[in-house]
Amino acid sequence: MIEFDGVGHSYGEHTVLDDVRLRLDERRVAFVGANGSGKSTLARMINGLVLPTRGRVLVDGLDPARDGKRVRNRVGFVFTNPDSQIVMPTAGEDVAFSLRRKGIPKAERERRAAEALAEHGLAGYAEHPAQQLSGGQKQLLALCAMLVLEPDVLVCDEPTTLLDLRNKRRFAERLRGLEQQVVLVTHDLELLDDFDRVVVLDEGRVVADDEPDEALRYYRELVV
Amino acid sequence: MSNVIGLYQPGRSPLHRLPAGWKFLALLVFAVLIVVFDRLWQLGVGAAVLCVGFAVARLRPGVVLRTMRTVLVLLAVVFALQWWLLGALSAAVVCLRLLVAIGAANLFTLTTRVDDLVAAIERAASPLRRFGVRPETLGLLVGLTVQAVGALSVIARQTREAQRARDAGRSVAAFTVPFLIRTLRHADELGEALAARGVGDEDGSDAARLSEELRR
Repeated sequence: MIEFDGVGHSYGEHTVLDDVRLRLDERRVAFVGANGSGKSTLARMINGLVLPTRGRVLVDGLDPARDGKRVRNRVGFVFTNPDSQIVMPTAGEDVAFSLRRKGIPKAERERRAAEALAEHGLAGYAEHPAQQLSGGQKQLLALCAMLVLEPDVLVCDEPTTLLDLRNKRRFAERLRGLEQQVVLVTHDLELLDDFDRVVVLDEGRVVADDEPDEALRYYRELVV
Repeated sequence: MSNVIGLYQPGRSPLHRLPAGWKFLALLVFAVLIVVFDRLWQLGVGAAVLCVGFAVARLRPGVVLRTMRTVLVLLAVVFALQWWLLGALSAAVVCLRLLVAIGAANLFTLTTRVDDLVAAIERAASPLRRFGVRPETLGLLVGLTVQAVGALSVIARQTREAQRARDAGRSVAAFTVPFLIRTLRHADELGEALAARGVGDEDGSDAARLSEELRR
């Protein structure tokens, strides 16, 4: 359960979010809205990357402002740019890096990393230089490096924006199969067909919050 | 790719299997000797040892040459300059020294996984914990430094391509400014990605407090 309780955020004079009140417990939730609508900032509040300047966020009753570490243990995050999410030179090392802080011994880390890579269609890439993977593979690697930590919630901030159609579909397919609660920020509206709930943001406020059909109809009217 | 430092090449040679910590120590000792040696024949012995190392590692010559290409161009310039200033012998000593030292560093990175190096550094630094040193942070620092070489060369290539696409010529500013901006943006994104993966979340770590401060 993710709760936003009167959440607002300002950078100096500039208000990015204002009085957002949401309780998200559906399995598939999407944030949509124009560039600058505040949806990325809202998503970053779920794992405490951005803290609200007003109001409060709770993830399973934990406040990311106070319990950042415990919240981040539960919440995985996939970003837009695959290049900047890879922190180790090879795919296997990058996934193993996620497991490092869990205090798992090295051999076990490598085994689990290889397993996780295979699960995500990257079998045989463990020793492959991560920077030489294709954009789609890099994004799958970023997803893999998060899921290996078995989070309860996965937040994705426009994960398919830089991918071609085939890789976009492949990534969406992966998301669909996950047990986790997924919060997806996106401009790719076709990914939202089977979502439970779509929240539309405009200029820092929630302007629609409904099932995909209804919410997206409202959104399309909004941008015309 | 024209990285000065080569990326890890998977293999099963004795050099690949040597523990990263010992290999790193050997590299340090070798580098110190190379700096101390100032006779051509001594450096020649060093070069021979290095060649044996490359042979033992069974790396593809193409890979080795590619990683050394940029270095060779640089060395040609240094050699010309030194020859003009100090004479041929001293130029040869300086250039051979650089070549052997960089070659040894390359042999190390080509045969060592960064993850293993990071683990070795963390192990070696763990007695320093009681003096307030955080071995994990030290290990991560080394890992990210090696990774940054690759990341920066990608950014440089992208910047050059954008420069060419706009026909901006070869002006230094037309390269430097976008390169710096892209690099800073990359640093920003990388910082967020690290925070999302729990780096800095270790109990009471300075990094955690610092990133918390920065986020506010």
